[in-house]
Amino acid sequence: MNPAIPIPHRVVSRRADTADTVTVELAPIAEPLPVFRPGQFAMLTAYGIGEIPISVSGSHGNRPQHTIRAVGAVSRALHDSAPGDLVGVRGPFGTTWDTAAAAGHDVLVIAGGIGLAPLRPVVRRLLADRAVVGRLCVLAGARQPGELLYPDELRRWSRHGQVEVIVDRPSGDWAGHVGLVTTLVPGARVDPAVAVAYVCGPEPMMRFTARALIDRGVPAERIQMSLERNMRCGAGWCGHCQLGPLLVCRDGPVVAYPVAESLLTVPEL
Amino acid sequence: MNSGTMTHPFLAGLRPALLTELAEHAIAMHYPDDYRIFSESDPANRFWLIEDGTVALDLHVPGRGAQVFETIGPGTVLGWSWLFPPYRWQFGAVARGPVQAIEFGAEAVRERCARDPEFGYAILSRIVPVLGDRLRTARLRLLDLWGRP
Amino acid sequence: MESGDTARLIDVSGLGALVDVLHERGYTVVGPALRDGAVQLAELASADDLPYGWSADTEAGRYRLRRRDDRAVFAHCAGPQSIKDFLHPPRARLWAADRTPEGMTTTGPEPAAKTFAFLGVHPCDVAALGVLDRVLAQGRHPEPVYTARRDGTLVITAECTEPGATCFCTSMGTGPAATGGFDVALTELLDGGHRFLARSGSPAGADLLAAVPGEPAGAADVAAATAAVRQAAAAMSRAMPDEPLPALIAGSRESPHWQDVASRCLTCGNCTMVCPTCFCTTTEDVTDLTGEHTERWRHWDSCFSVGFSYLHGGAVRASGESRYRQWISHKLGTWHEQFGTSGCVGCGRCIAWCPAGIDITREAAALSAHHDGGDPS
Repeated sequence: MNPAIPIPHRVVSRRADTADTVTVELAPIAEPLPVFRPGQFAMLTAYGIGEIPISVSGSHGNRPQHTIRAVGAVSRALHDSAPGDLVGVRGPFGTTWDTAAAAGHDVLVIAGGIGLAPLRPVVRRLLADRAVVGRLCVLAGARQPGELLYPDELRRWSRHGQVEVIVDRPSGDWAGHVGLVTTLVPGARVDPAVAVAYVCGPEPMMRFTARALIDRGVPAERIQMSLERNMRCGAGWCGHCQLGPLLVCRDGPVVAYPVAESLLTVPEL
Repeated sequence: MNSGTMTHPFLAGLRPALLTELAEHAIAMHYPDDYRIFSESDPANRFWLIEDGTVALDLHVPGRGAQVFETIGPGTVLGWSWLFPPYRWQFGAVARGPVQAIEFGAEAVRERCARDPEFGYAILSRIVPVLGDRLRTARLRLLDLWGRP
Repeated sequence: MESGDTARLIDVSGLGALVDVLHERGYTVVGPALRDGAVQLAELASADDLPYGWSADTEAGRYRLRRRDDRAVFAHCAGPQSIKDFLHPPRARLWAADRTPEGMTTTGPEPAAKTFAFLGVHPCDVAALGVLDRVLAQGRHPEPVYTARRDGTLVITAECTEPGATCFCTSMGTGPAATGGFDVALTELLDGGHRFLARSGSPAGADLLAAVPGEPAGAADVAAATAAVRQAAAAMSRAMPDEPLPALIAGSRESPHWQDVASRCLTCGNCTMVCPTCFCTTTEDVTDLTGEHTERWRHWDSCFSVGFSYLHGGAVRASGESRYRQWISHKLGTWHEQFGTSGCVGCGRCIAWCPAGIDITREAAALSAHHDGGDPS
């Protein structure tokens, strides 16, 4: 199969998460693509408009789910798509979150904003076999309460582990934490010496979070993060997604922190 | 307060003699939910080490009421305006749920710092990293990274 | 020139016959030809289209044709194109899709209409072809447009006997001798009669040579060819610093030298267009007025353009400094980690075709001097 050709999928469901974000579930019209694993992304085509990389945020068998925020022409079109509409899908591309590494360890899942979307499959997978993992702690930050993703699911997760959410700007009757998600790291009920961390969010947030984790004693090599760069192909042909020696579509988006550390601190790399 | 019952990350590494001195100015405090610990522009004559619970820091904004901009939790320090003139709180603090803290008399601690350089350095070298941390996170929040470009 | 090869000797008319045989066998023959004041790669109707008696003088930011006293046909370098232009074309349609009642019908890129035979490309360009093969054909996902066109391509390389001033293939280990990746290697000889030493590098090459009139090469001709190529190697006037370039590049991320280059570089991207290994592309989706028919086109892109690194409302590499650093770091350094070879083949095109005359070998030397803490002058 030619990896340059989008495979037509139909939108089978669409759920509004926030004012500008939706989660859609896609079903192949004909042959399905290989299963999207946590951390991987698809190149989604809004026919006639364009194509963008979107991480998988869940799945139902061979029906991938994607959480899409409307920030540009293509994402707006995908965001506005309705059940029955056609979306082109190429993939799966990229590296996966190493969830096997969580076996026998405490787990920290730390998300900033829409970074919770690529992390949701991690938590779902770990909860599917809860006994394999030690303590679970999910820390999720957003700008304001209305921008927190998957609040119902976060509530369900809190029955199986520690879930803390934090916002930059409280609104209404918000009675929870206020501030940056990194400030929740000291209060995470995990043993850093046996913890693995999965981190996703804006790049500065991931850098600060990694430092906070290391300050608490989590070994750097057990911190995984999901990188993001401009992508025009997803398959290693177009050269756009380079970050130093990494092709983010091929060597990422998920990388261990030591790989990314020296690259993320060089301005304009 | 008995220095033996005072354990808090802020006190880590303090020479026992200094800890004993500090304990002389400490009392254990329990605040109920929603208790206003201090208000903006009140005299800053105390500071606290939070042992348990959450404290919301706020500022009164006309039209918005008391706007919470940060919550702080166990293991950290509440209050630093007591260190420098005009010794007045710049913000307010309210207990979010029950709060357990060690309260210190600011004036006495300030005098000790002035008289005993070693004591003074020990206090400042613990407060300054907290300020640095708050500044760092405040700067990151200023960038509004969640935002649409 | 390895001893033990069954080298043949063909003359000028033999060269003509070679082109004719290729045509008979259905190849589109692409070779050097005079076009628009330069020796460019073009489809040849016959060997008569070759640039007999023309050379090119090149320097940093300079390319001039020069009429020769003889009728040499392959004594030129650094034309503005390379094999890349034909196998990895500037514009290509990736797919076309039409809405149907059931959904969407998508058709892929058109099958390659032509099978190319590249005649007279130098060993540096053959090396560049190998680099493109690694990037586009041997990755996890073979690129469909390139792989379709690459299939069945024939390469008749011409060893270099007169390097240009901008050439530095010797220091990149890609020339001037042809050591692999070709079907036929020609070495042009002028003294004592215009003729070409020809040796095959593959069964297809041997098959081709067998169909071309010629005679076995004598020891003297072989020696003359070897000497000519060795002389060419010694005549290179430019070279890269003699140290591992990837380590130099990795250690130069914060070098003060980038500011210096940025004061000269126009970020015009010429270097990326003429470079035989630069492969970056971008895509554009277009529709007809009804929106029922959509196409995705792929075209060349350059890391020098600001939009190349667009992310979250702005460019990651906004400054000219960072974009020049990206280009040279990729070419000489990170290419190794990504694809297992250098991205540079020492063809010197970027030097000749840079309007500001920026010389990649001098920039590398400057980085090296800064890295060692010395004075770059």
